[in-house]
Amino acid sequence: MSERFISIEGIARAYPSASGVPVAVFEDLWFSIGRGEFVCAIGHSGCGKTTVLNILAGLDEPSTGVVVVDGKGIEGPSLDRAVIFQSHALLPWKTVLGNVAYAVKSRWPNWSADKIKAHAEKALGVVGLSGAEFKKPAELSGGMKQRVGIARALAIEPKILLMDEPFSALDALTRGTLQDEVRRICRDTSQTVFMITHDVDEAIYLADKIVLMTNGPGAQIAEIVDNPLPIERARAEVHKHPDYYAVRNHIVDFLVSRSRNFAEEEAARLARGVQRNNRHPPVVRPLADTIMPGATRAAS
Amino acid sequence: MTKTLPFRAGLLSMVILGIFLGAWHIATAGSGPVANIDPEYAKLLGQTATQGKSAMPGPLDVGRALWTHLRDPFYDRGTNDKGIGIQIAWSVARVAAGYGLAILVALPLGFVIGMSALISRALDPFIQIMKPISPLAWMPLALYTIKDSGLSAIFVIFICSLWPMLINTAFGVASVRREWLNVARTLEVGPLRKAFTVILPAAAPTILTGMRISIGIAWLVIVAAEMLVGGTGIGYFVWNEWNNLSITNVIIAILAIGVVGMALDLVLSRLTRLVSYPE
Repeated sequence: MSERFISIEGIARAYPSASGVPVAVFEDLWFSIGRGEFVCAIGHSGCGKTTVLNILAGLDEPSTGVVVVDGKGIEGPSLDRAVIFQSHALLPWKTVLGNVAYAVKSRWPNWSADKIKAHAEKALGVVGLSGAEFKKPAELSGGMKQRVGIARALAIEPKILLMDEPFSALDALTRGTLQDEVRRICRDTSQTVFMITHDVDEAIYLADKIVLMTNGPGAQIAEIVDNPLPIERARAEVHKHPDYYAVRNHIVDFLVSRSRNFAEEEAARLARGVQRNNRHPPVVRPLADTIMPGATRAAS
Repeated sequence: MTKTLPFRAGLLSMVILGIFLGAWHIATAGSGPVANIDPEYAKLLGQTATQGKSAMPGPLDVGRALWTHLRDPFYDRGTNDKGIGIQIAWSVARVAAGYGLAILVALPLGFVIGMSALISRALDPFIQIMKPISPLAWMPLALYTIKDSGLSAIFVIFICSLWPMLINTAFGVASVRREWLNVARTLEVGPLRKAFTVILPAAAPTILTGMRISIGIAWLVIVAAEMLVGGTGIGYFVWNEWNNLSITNVIIAILAIGVVGMALDLVLSRLTRLVSYPE
């Protein structure tokens, strides 16, 4: 778990502004994801979460800094890094099976048509869509469309799964079911996942680590929350865990106030002589006995 | 209720047609003998003078003539006497040739314009100036350069079909949803495969809409073009029958132009429906 499978090293992304001086959405981000780890990024709109994900996907480039995956720097998109888009991004003129088969054929261009079809059907089976193969995306509900998106991403057996708020457009019930399934599939296959979300409960239920980002422009990683909940978690039970509200309150406090006033907090810390090192953002592990905000103890 | 709506609409169409034909019949029917005239002399004067009958043929005259044409649409009795079927076939063939050439140019060029902002901007002034030119204005230039009236007519069809197809293809290609392109990028799809499996199907409805506009314009223009170049075709037929003072045949030609135009539009609208996708 401690292996740096994905290593994000000092990336920044600047956009030209009206005044001519480029404005950095985020700057000097450092964090790593171990093989098989599930990492969520959380933060307000405009902090550059999606840009970070697009850089990981190879769809965008950092202005400075590099991202190393499995020992190699990212140069453009790759079949090793599958993206599940927020808007599901299915090709509407293809059937459900056609959408998944398109990805399979892209991954293994030399496979026979039968083999591609069988593989695509298997992927659809995993997300519970057997029987809907020949429907067009327009005939599906939002949840089913996103299932196709998940099947398409999983079918190419990527090393890394990147998810950009995959469940935000779904109703609460469907969202819960899909979270369960994604968690099950990712655990079964030891999938490495980087996911963006706005939903605190979703992050706590799914993630091993939660990256908290301050508000943009000039967003930073405030800290990385090491999820204290046990690996074996059940949706129905997770909120009864003694540490659940410690984590939840910590993240909500961050989102409500600390993400906005992080610069002042940082200045106060500096006055106490605590120097921040962007290369190693503080890791916190909120536990039940440290519910009071600001009283969390550092884990390492 | 839903089943009766088409029926009721059809019924209303028939009533409107009936009123129109009736009014036409009454307006063109003679008012009877105007005066007692010697029959030999009356023959010389014609029915307009003797029976009060309009020179405009009535629906029954047109119907009779139409029946004659439909019974033998493909006869050929020399330069100025060919069946209406042959004339329409000539026009359709010219439109097909000019339109086909326009497809061959507009689709690839439209793709390039849609993909490249540079080429799009560079070609924009030319397209904007060429687009509003009446296709018939090209005719003298075409006749002088090509030195063949038949080919010149095809060129005129080509030039008038080109612009809607070109502009719609470029627009369709340029406005393919970013997320679909991103899907292709993350799947490492090569440029050619991307063009045929993502961009073309995504832009197809817009492209077909342009092609549908083009076929309509082409069919409008061919009639005028054939009036100018002469020889064969439904446009030439109209002008020839005007010179013959056969208003009946002119009306029949007008009807035939409408029917063929509708059929062409129907084909393209079916094709458009075939490639469009709900989102």
